[in-house]
Amino acid sequence: MLPVQGRKSKLNESEIVRVEHLKKYFPVEKGFLERLLTRTRKFVKAVDDVSFSVLKGEVFTLAGESGCGKSTTGKLIVRLMPPTSGKIYFNQTDITRLQREQLRTIRPKLQIIFQDPYASLNPRMKIGQAVGHPLEIHGLAKGAEEKQRVNEILQRVGLTPPEQFTNLYPYQISGGQRQRVAMARSLILDPEFIVADEPVSMIDVSLRTTIIDLMLDLRRDLDLTYLFITHDLAIAKYISDRIAIMYLGKIVEMGEKHEVFSNPLHPYTQALMSAIPVPNPERKRTAIELKGEVPSAIDIPRGCRFNPRCPYVEARCKVEPELMAVKPGHLVACYRIEN
Amino acid sequence: MSDEDGEKPHLLTVNNLTVEYWARRGKIRAVEDVSFSLDKGETLGVVGESGSGKSTLGLSLIHLVPYPGRIVNGTILLEGQDVLKLGKEKTRDLRGRRISYVFQDPMTSLNPVERIDSHFVELIRTHEPKATKAEATTRAKKLFKDVGIQPDRINDYPHQLSGGMRQRVMIALALALDPSIVIADEPTTALDVIVQAKILDLLKTLQDRYGMALILITHDLSIVLERSDKIIVMYAGRIVERASSSTLYAQTLHPYSQGLLKSIPNIELAEQKLTAIGGSPPDLLHPPTGCRFWPRCPYVMEICKIKEPPLLETSSDHLVRCYLYRGEKAS
Repeated sequence: MLPVQGRKSKLNESEIVRVEHLKKYFPVEKGFLERLLTRTRKFVKAVDDVSFSVLKGEVFTLAGESGCGKSTTGKLIVRLMPPTSGKIYFNQTDITRLQREQLRTIRPKLQIIFQDPYASLNPRMKIGQAVGHPLEIHGLAKGAEEKQRVNEILQRVGLTPPEQFTNLYPYQISGGQRQRVAMARSLILDPEFIVADEPVSMIDVSLRTTIIDLMLDLRRDLDLTYLFITHDLAIAKYISDRIAIMYLGKIVEMGEKHEVFSNPLHPYTQALMSAIPVPNPERKRTAIELKGEVPSAIDIPRGCRFNPRCPYVEARCKVEPELMAVKPGHLVACYRIEN
Repeated sequence: MSDEDGEKPHLLTVNNLTVEYWARRGKIRAVEDVSFSLDKGETLGVVGESGSGKSTLGLSLIHLVPYPGRIVNGTILLEGQDVLKLGKEKTRDLRGRRISYVFQDPMTSLNPVERIDSHFVELIRTHEPKATKAEATTRAKKLFKDVGIQPDRINDYPHQLSGGMRQRVMIALALALDPSIVIADEPTTALDVIVQAKILDLLKTLQDRYGMALILITHDLSIVLERSDKIIVMYAGRIVERASSSTLYAQTLHPYSQGLLKSIPNIELAEQKLTAIGGSPPDLLHPPTGCRFWPRCPYVMEICKIKEPPLLETSSDHLVRCYLYRGEKAS
């Protein structure tokens, strides 16, 4: 068993994004009296030492329950907020501390799509304007050329004929169409890497599959790489190549999709999988019962952060386990795999 | 639709229920001609997408359709009594005591400036004016034990509880007056998957213990297939298919239900090809003529565009609104 997180390795050609020991702590605001009486500062440890890399052309999924740090990780990678510590590499370049102008040059290559297409589109901007806006901001095209690029990209995301949509406002189209517009807007800059943060969870069930299939088609046609963020493991299983399960700011298990789903080894992954509803009335449910609920990210349990809820907790869990390889590519942060 | 005239009366019988919203831009038929029955201890799953009318259906059952909606046709018989003909006092008695409702969002359903126990005291004393505050609190504590929360948490404010605990409180409130039917409208949509499984297990345990019937309204076909005895699939205000969950799973008939089943990922299958339903749900201000699903249906025929199909009975417990099954049980 070789500990992986501490290992220093060279940056790999096939890696498009790599994060090392990424941390994001948010300070907790204290009341006036508390500020006078106590000296200790408290932090929400949203992301607490996360390392992974995303390979060119794959769909890498971060999955976990709300509060596990998956969205924060996505936002850190596209540099929407600065990390507390750790490193972010994009195409072999360290982008952790890039500022303003330098950041602007890489932004077109790193895009993000948000969960709520109702909130991520400006209600006063017509679809055509909203999709073309990034081109203006980056000074890439305007006027007739901008219009043509907008039409092309709208067609790409299945909003056809594009002329029918460019003059509409967001309220005039459906949720599924809005998410397509959001995708068009991120694609128009010809990105290489897209963080998709729960892109289908607010869309009607019958339309989800079309959006996911569109994402997969676009990946093939435009050579994209996705970091897919979701709480829905069934969707994760459908879309991903590799998956990482997060719990309280840390990755507890990571590997090839088939490996993780057919052979989940971390007790948390096992519990998560047993809780997923399956569309089959004949199925016998064998849910793994977990004690209590996810603790607060302010007071993270000592040792393994899952130990207060773990059905297999033992003495050595008082020291936090590192991610260890069970077999090449399948990493688990649990001592039980040593047995 | 003939099965409503069975020998023994059902706990709840809904006949030809139609609900309209009279909006400024026109009339929207949110629920149209819905009929079903429910027996003691049974779980009925109502599944549909947003705008299918499933929540309006749930609210109609306790006569609580919000303005500008109104029930324009149909009867709702609870133990033989028409819910829609009850007076004000009786209707109040109906809500909570005979049918109770668990709403989707536990964050907004509790009063943030009142402690949890006053929610219970108010509820119990409104319905039972003779009950003292101490009695109400004692009952609330027992209910807390039932739903798996420490009884002393009853003095907390809602913000001190987690999302899952708040939903447990909502369930405890729904059970406080020992109703015969609990309607749970997307009870777990705002919750994480592990908490969701726990809440659904809890509802099942309490149902077995107290024998109430459960109406589970959700957009998640996996949940209803796994958790209910029978299922109504709704599309654009209409029942398109109605069957026991095992029948619906073994023999999915309506193209919309088939489409739903083919478009949701199943974690137990090794390899799965998902197929999407093309198009999007109709605008109910201008519904398509004929069958409401025809613009998205892969099997559309000429007649589907002209005349809406009736609910056809293909076997004793299976109804489907589709012309494809005309020949199945003719004459």
